[in-house]
Amino acid sequence: MREPLANTVTARCPSARWRACAPWLALVALFVVPPLVSALASRGAAPQGWLLASLAQAATMIVFALSYNLLLGETGLLSFGHAAPAGLGAFVAAHLFNRYAIALPLLPLAGGIGGAAFGVLTALVAARRSGTAFAMITLGLGELVAAAAWALPGWFGGEAGVGIDRASGPAWAGWTFGPDREAYCVIAAWCIVASAAMFVLSRTPFARLANAVRDNPVRAAALGVAPARARAAMIVWSAAFAGVAGTLALVNVELAAAESVAMMRSAAVLIATVTGGAASFFGPVLGALVWVAFSVGVASVSRAWMLYVGLFFIVVVLAAPDGLAGFAARQRAWIARHGWRRGARAWASGAFAAACGTLALVLAAQWAYAVRLRDTDPAAWLAALTPGAARRLAASIVVLAALAVSFTYRARRRMRALDAKDNER
Amino acid sequence: MQAIAIDALNGISFGLLLFMLSAGLTLIFSMLGVLNFAHASFYMLGAYLGVTLAATLGFGWALALAPLVAGLAGAWFERTLLRRVRPGGPLNALLLTFGAAYAIGELVKLAWGLQPLAAPMPAVLDGPLFALGGAVFSRYRAFTMAVAVAMLGALWAVLRVSKTGLIVRAALTHAQAVEALGHDVPRVQTLVFALGTALAALAGVVAAPLAVVEPAMAESVGSIVFVVVVTGGLGSLAGAFVASLAVGCLQTFAVASDVPLGAFVASLAARGGVALSPAWGTLTLAQIAPLLPYLLLVAMLAVRPRGLFGQRGDDA
Repeated sequence: MREPLANTVTARCPSARWRACAPWLALVALFVVPPLVSALASRGAAPQGWLLASLAQAATMIVFALSYNLLLGETGLLSFGHAAPAGLGAFVAAHLFNRYAIALPLLPLAGGIGGAAFGVLTALVAARRSGTAFAMITLGLGELVAAAAWALPGWFGGEAGVGIDRASGPAWAGWTFGPDREAYCVIAAWCIVASAAMFVLSRTPFARLANAVRDNPVRAAALGVAPARARAAMIVWSAAFAGVAGTLALVNVELAAAESVAMMRSAAVLIATVTGGAASFFGPVLGALVWVAFSVGVASVSRAWMLYVGLFFIVVVLAAPDGLAGFAARQRAWIARHGWRRGARAWASGAFAAACGTLALVLAAQWAYAVRLRDTDPAAWLAALTPGAARRLAASIVVLAALAVSFTYRARRRMRALDAKDNER
Repeated sequence: MQAIAIDALNGISFGLLLFMLSAGLTLIFSMLGVLNFAHASFYMLGAYLGVTLAATLGFGWALALAPLVAGLAGAWFERTLLRRVRPGGPLNALLLTFGAAYAIGELVKLAWGLQPLAAPMPAVLDGPLFALGGAVFSRYRAFTMAVAVAMLGALWAVLRVSKTGLIVRAALTHAQAVEALGHDVPRVQTLVFALGTALAALAGVVAAPLAVVEPAMAESVGSIVFVVVVTGGLGSLAGAFVASLAVGCLQTFAVASDVPLGAFVASLAARGGVALSPAWGTLTLAQIAPLLPYLLLVAMLAVRPRGLFGQRGDDA
């Protein structure tokens, strides 16, 4: 049955290479196509401002999440204070930009060095530990920096933060980087470059050592790799790229404020990376896009977005600890094993259950928020329902939830039956 | 001098409150290997439940019922959710409790609104207990100390004297052997989790009149409790006790002090040849009081990475 070797290689190579390139092409397309389409569609040949702003936010978050994954995915270190290197990098960059004539496209380098400096400090106190202890140490460091941002207004700028004027730096070939368009090009280009750099880093022997330390530190030590040293190096790399991400945010909003070192930002990058999937390189990219979709898209229509994020995160940790990317990979493997046709009904049940459950949750949460907080949400009319309508709404929520539960069990039964049938064969 | 004595008493009462939180956290950690990130959320839940129950049934009922409700919620959480992810490793469990902290925070906002709640002190406990010179020690702080000591004494007695305590202590170190002897270890774990969350909720009820009852209260206390637990050494009750008192006193003294740091910082900077903006000159110790627990943590880890009484090695 075996094909000649030369044949398989020529047959597989183009498709394998294509598959390796596809995520990169998708990433570039994400940053290039929507602004171009928007520019062509609009009258002044300028892309929509909100589109550029949210894409720039996505680019920042992608770099941030990928830098976080150097810790979590590659080295197995869970950090609760990743905003600290990012925010400090942004502050360093802002001060340098205001004091010296640094061209804007070079500013992320300065931020990266600032982040790396904080990474060295973190490595000094935390590199010897891993697991829960490491998580708590980074939490303490993150809180330390977050508290310092309020306690030391001299350097952090207090409530107002440290602002920059993008156009004040030296211009490159007529580009002053003042307009959003030009700043967006800088951010998107840096996102691609930094992602590629982290991809290369994750393919080096050094990253393999970090993987060994993640999987079995005792064994790695016995083989002659000092676990603390491998961790320390990765902490510094990760902090450097976090500094780059923080500076990209600074370039986007022209402000480094106390929020950029706040715990909320550390939580955001943690949630984005874990929901995306720490085990694959592109998982965090996916997670970053999901996070931006929640924090920009859902947040603009509903106050309940944090609740949705929290519940979504819990569901991911419970049902797919390897994140959305891992979930997708498992589904692909399942299709490869059973084929499209046979799984279709189980899948339809699962998708229907998920849709019903989500709808029930959203209706209930929006109703509760509308009644409790009396907002100006698009869903505020839910607060002023007649008693009859309210009863019907409650009944439909209950029915939807019941449907979700019963179809979840049905989907699970079908999948199990298929697996059992295959095992018999 | 009198002021220092009062500050020390205040610091100890704050430290004992912290110990009520960190004792539950430490017990859960040594029993389940999970650092419960949502621990401070149960504290917040206790505070909110306490305020509501105190307004309807009275403070005494709140003191009894709020921990009960929170403990049941904790038991439910452990049985249905946490048990499922624990085989995946401690980081998965930590992530689940992180998500739970998020969700509990949102649900509390939903149930009680965004505004801070007024938590009145019961009339019996309002007012000063005694005064030393010009400084006053309030009755309520004495009450918190009494509750904390009574609670911790009871906990110690249960763990040391009763048969359940014996099983719990055995299960901490030799879970499989205890299971082989016919004891239901998973149930013991649920019990310990519920006990820990109930302790946190009790701390919340007691602390409510002293603290601001608002949705951010979990965050502000939570990270200090984690500092305490890591400084004392993960999994060590004695370490948690010492670290709680140290952090409590440190913060109380720093907030109450008016030691100027500005001149000190400026002289350091002048020796290093750096010119600082005038904002640094007015810095006081009270201003950087929120930083002190974290500085203590960093200093402790630089000197002794496993904490005061921690037992695990470097790579744990």
